Formats: sequence, C-alpha cells, structure tokens
Amino acid sequence: MNRSFFAQSPSVLVFLGCLGLATLFVTVLSEAFGIGVLSTSFIKTLGKTLCLCLIAVAMDLVWGYAGILSLGHFAFFGLGGYMIGMWLMYERTREIVESSMSDAVIPPTPQEISDAIGNQIFGVVGSSEFPLIWTFADSLTIQLFLVVAIPGVLAGLFGWLAFRSRVTGVYLSILTQAMTLALSLYLFQNESGLRGNNGLSGLQNLPGVEAGQDVVSMWFFWASALALGLGYLLAARVISGKFGSVIRGIRDNEQRVRFLGYAVESYKLVIFAGTAMIAGIAGALYYPQAGIVNPAEIAPIASIYLAVWVAIGGRGRLYGAVLGAIFVSLVSSYFTGGQAPDINLGFYTIKWVDWWLVMLGISFVLVTLFAPKGLGGLVDLWEDRRRPDRHGADLGPDAGALREKEAVE
Amino acid sequence: MTTLLEVSGVSVSFDGFRAINNLSFQIGPAELRAIIGPNGAGKTTFMDIITGKTRPDEGRVIWGDLSRSLLSMSEAQIAQAGVGRKFQKPTVFEDQSVEENLLMALSNPRGPLAVLFYKPAKADLARVAELADEIGLRAQLFRKAGELSHGQKQWLEIGMLLAQDPKLLLVDEPAAGMTPEEREHTTQLLVEAAKTRAVVVVEHDMEFIRRLGCRVTVLHEGSVLAEGSLDHVTSNQDVIDVYLGR
Repeated sequence: MNRSFFAQSPSVLVFLGCLGLATLFVTVLSEAFGIGVLSTSFIKTLGKTLCLCLIAVAMDLVWGYAGILSLGHFAFFGLGGYMIGMWLMYERTREIVESSMSDAVIPPTPQEISDAIGNQIFGVVGSSEFPLIWTFADSLTIQLFLVVAIPGVLAGLFGWLAFRSRVTGVYLSILTQAMTLALSLYLFQNESGLRGNNGLSGLQNLPGVEAGQDVVSMWFFWASALALGLGYLLAARVISGKFGSVIRGIRDNEQRVRFLGYAVESYKLVIFAGTAMIAGIAGALYYPQAGIVNPAEIAPIASIYLAVWVAIGGRGRLYGAVLGAIFVSLVSSYFTGGQAPDINLGFYTIKWVDWWLVMLGISFVLVTLFAPKGLGGLVDLWEDRRRPDRHGADLGPDAGALREKEAVE
Repeated sequence: MTTLLEVSGVSVSFDGFRAINNLSFQIGPAELRAIIGPNGAGKTTFMDIITGKTRPDEGRVIWGDLSRSLLSMSEAQIAQAGVGRKFQKPTVFEDQSVEENLLMALSNPRGPLAVLFYKPAKADLARVAELADEIGLRAQLFRKAGELSHGQKQWLEIGMLLAQDPKLLLVDEPAAGMTPEEREHTTQLLVEAAKTRAVVVVEHDMEFIRRLGCRVTVLHEGSVLAEGSLDHVTSNQDVIDVYLGR
C-alpha cells in the first residue's frame, strides 16, 4: 500500500490543479493582464470568494473533522481584516497628510504630522488621539504578525476556558455566538478605538503603489489563490495522518479518545486556535479587496452563514467546504446584487433581494434533512461510492458525530 | 505480593444513591481477576472511578510502584499511566479503518505536536499487522471499522487494548455477543495477557469465568461481598442469596 501523502489523499492534487487552472483562466480574461472580458469588480468578487473558501476550509477542519460547531469563526476573519486594515489606513493617511503638508513654508514637525493623521482617521468618531491599540499601526511586519496572533490568542483563551470546563455540543455553539456578539458590540462603540460603526475604510488603496485597481485586484486574486492552495494543503496534511484520526475520533466519541490516553482538550485547543489563525489570514486578504471592514462584518449572522456554506457543501471533506463557499457566495451575490430578474406573479412580485435569504434558509433545511452530504455528495455519485447501511446508527455517540447519511464506505 | 492497584475505602453517591459504598480492592501486577455481581452492584461505576471518569466522594486509589494517586489525574493521564479499558458495547472509531484504529491505540507519544508529525515506523506497522493477525482482522485492515460485525468490533477493541500495552486491563463483558469459538479465543487471549499484566474482567457468564480459572470478586450494593476462587464464592451463602439464588 502506497503511504505517500498524495496517494492517500488524491483529491488534493485534483483540487490544486483546478485552482491553478482557474487562476490562469481568470488571469487571461482579466483587464490588467489579459483580454479584458472580466471587469475589475468581478475579479474582486472572485478574489473575495477565494478568501471565503479558505475560511470555509478552516470551518470544515473545526466542525467537519473535530466536531466543534463553532459559530464564531467569522469574528476571527474580521479581526484579521482589522489588523491589516489598521496598517493600510494609517500608511495611506500618512501619505496624503505628508504630501499636503509638504507645500507648507515651514516643514511640519513629526508631532504635527501624527496629529494630522490622527485627526484624519479619528475625526469621524470625534477624536484625534491615537488609541493604544494603534501603537504598531505604522509597522507592516507587526500588523501582519497580529493578523495571526490576535485571532490565535483570542481563540486560545476562549477555547482554554470553554474546553477545560468540558462544554460541548450546542452549549459550546451558543458560547461562541455570545463571544462573537460581544466582540461585535464592543467594536460598534466609538471608544473601542477602531472607529466604531464606521469601521476602517479605503483599504483597497495600497500605500506606495502607483498601479491602478485593475492590477492591484489581480495581485490580491493571486495572493488569495495562493493562500487557499497552501491552506488547503496544510488542512489536508493535518487531517491525513494520525492527528486526523485523533480529531475525527474526538468528533465521533471523545470519551473513547480520552481513554486511549489523548488529552482531548489540548487537541481541541490546537485545532480551534489554529483554524482561527487561518481565518485571520483569510480576513486579511479579503478586506483589502472589499475596501471596508466594519463591526457588522463580525455580527453573529456571518458566522452562521459560514456553517451554512460548509453544510451545503458537505462537511467532513475539504473540497465540500470549498464548493459550498463558492456556490453559496456567488449565487448570493447574483441574487442580492440586483442582477436576478424579479418574478411578477400578478398579485405579488418576488424581489430576489428580499427572498434570497428565505431561499437560502429553505435550501439549508432541505440539504440537512435530505442530502446531508451536500454538494460534495455529487462527487460520491460520480465516483460511485455508496453510503453504508447502518440502520440509522450514527458513527459515534457524540453530538457532532458523523451521521449515517454523511458516511461513505 | 506487590500491588499494582489499591482501592481503599472508596464511596460515591449519585443524588443520594450510594453506588459504591466503602469499597476496597487490590490487584497484583500480573493477575487475572473476575468481578461478578447483580445489576446495579456498582461494577461499571467501579471502573469509572479507576479510569477517572467519576470522582469518588471519599477513599483512595493508589497506583503502581510509585504509589501515585489516580484521583488527581485526568482520564488521559490515567490511560497514559497504563490503565486500558474495554467497554461493554464495542466502541471503536467506526468512520476509520481497522489500521487507523490500531495505530491510534499503539503506545506512542500522545501530545498534539508529536502526533501531528507522526509517521508510522516500520516497527509500528509490523506491530499492527501482528495484532491484526492475533485478533483475526488481517484481511480487514483497510476496511472501515463501522462495516465490521459485532464480534469483529469486539475483537478490534481488544486489539486496541493490547496495542495500548497497558499495565492494567479493565474488560467489561468481553464475551457478550460472541460465538462459542470466539469465546474460547477470548479466554486464551485474556489468560495470555494476564501473564504479563493485571486483567480485571467484569462478566455475567459463569461458564466463561470458570474457563478463566481465576480469583473472583463478588460485588453487591457497592461493596465487596466475597472474594476467592469461583468454587469458594459460589458456595458462600451470602452470594447465593443475593446473586445466584435468584
């Protein structure tokens, strides 16, 4: 039996191949580097979708493989966006301030420059002082480090408290929602130091870069594709070996894993904090493409969406999460972007902007009830893999355990 | 005689119900012991206390040469110290192959980092193959455990226990749902295992216990009623009254 990594997980090569081809295809069709069929805003949508795929992969690791239904991972995504956003906004504002002040007869002192930047950034919340958390905003290296460190530390702290008290199942999900809500409410305050409900804006402008948005959008598209490829590879590596065995064991029957001598709480903590860091990276790539990050992005509903993507794509298989994220977010932007034609029934006009959420909710319920394998199940049909007949028995006693209908032979 | 595990004066109540009442028990490092008792005698709770799942209200549980107390250790630490447990209902990881189940049980470092960078060594794979032979699952090595028959799952779980290489094996009704030949095989395995380690078997089936040919401890209402050879305890009037007589 061939024990090499790619022989064990053949889907990784297929996935990386598809990702590479898609990247090439989009590049050829782009305005900046190709024949210009795809608009810059569409490139940005695609790039953002790749970031959403990356966080979906993280969600699949934590929910599909370790059985922890976290409804808070989008908070880590948002925090990653805030961390990179601070640097982008500071540097960009500094450039503008310095160039406007350079015309002055007397050269401005560093203090004057700093005050002017502060005034520019925090004027909207009635302040001009730099809060303490902006201490390192002028250093790209430190802010990049914080992109992974802040989500990692927050998730580590939260996970340590929750897991050591043996909080599991729906109670843990509720706790993660509470954490997300608390964070979002905190950021909504002007005193939080991150511009309250205005959030950080103008993130699409890279400081010190002359190139236009058509080129910058491609850079971010490539970076997102690279991050997704590496993240997918990392996730596939993590789940392929004994570590994967242990976390799937924790998903299906954590008590049994304990009696084998594995410290279940440490494993949960590693996977929870690790995926939070991946989410942070995904967010740091997403928000410069979106241009703005504000507390509404961190709202609990966003994290629930994330679970919906993974459920619709099929949890417990990495490509399922990616399929779910691509499918739902692209369809969602089609329906909510006003492109879908309204349906006039005579007595009532169906406006998709209003009805899309209802449709998404219904399809989530239908998928969970009738096709728990989600879109990933189509691959099983194609590969002719059947699901076992277990007479209704799930694959383990725990709440997050793989269900009979999710299993494959 | 040296003692591997010493349980003394242990009591535990659930909502006022005394599941274990001032129980004391000892077992040596290479000894086979059967525990019998009617339903509700506290057999499972007894195992829960040793493996750390349930904390007793009072009493001591002392382990090994260094006389460490198991009461201050987590389930995982107790398992790492060398206590292996087989459940009544076969509990294997159904979504994973027989090989994955065995590799997970194999006594290797258990920390997340060590496990993340673990690559099965030749010796590990050889040990897995050897165990698979012993439990008759060599041909099923790459099948998912969930597809195995009830008896095969029992075997797999026994195999996982052996892979853990524990100093003390706690086995809950190993022969349940097995054919006579399989029972014979199980008996041999347990007797063989008890030559190098302590084995505690909880069983209802008197015939099975007779074949094990070991000391028997009778539990009743959470404490030890009688202890000795099977013939000795079955002729004890108290035992006949509470258990065998019914």
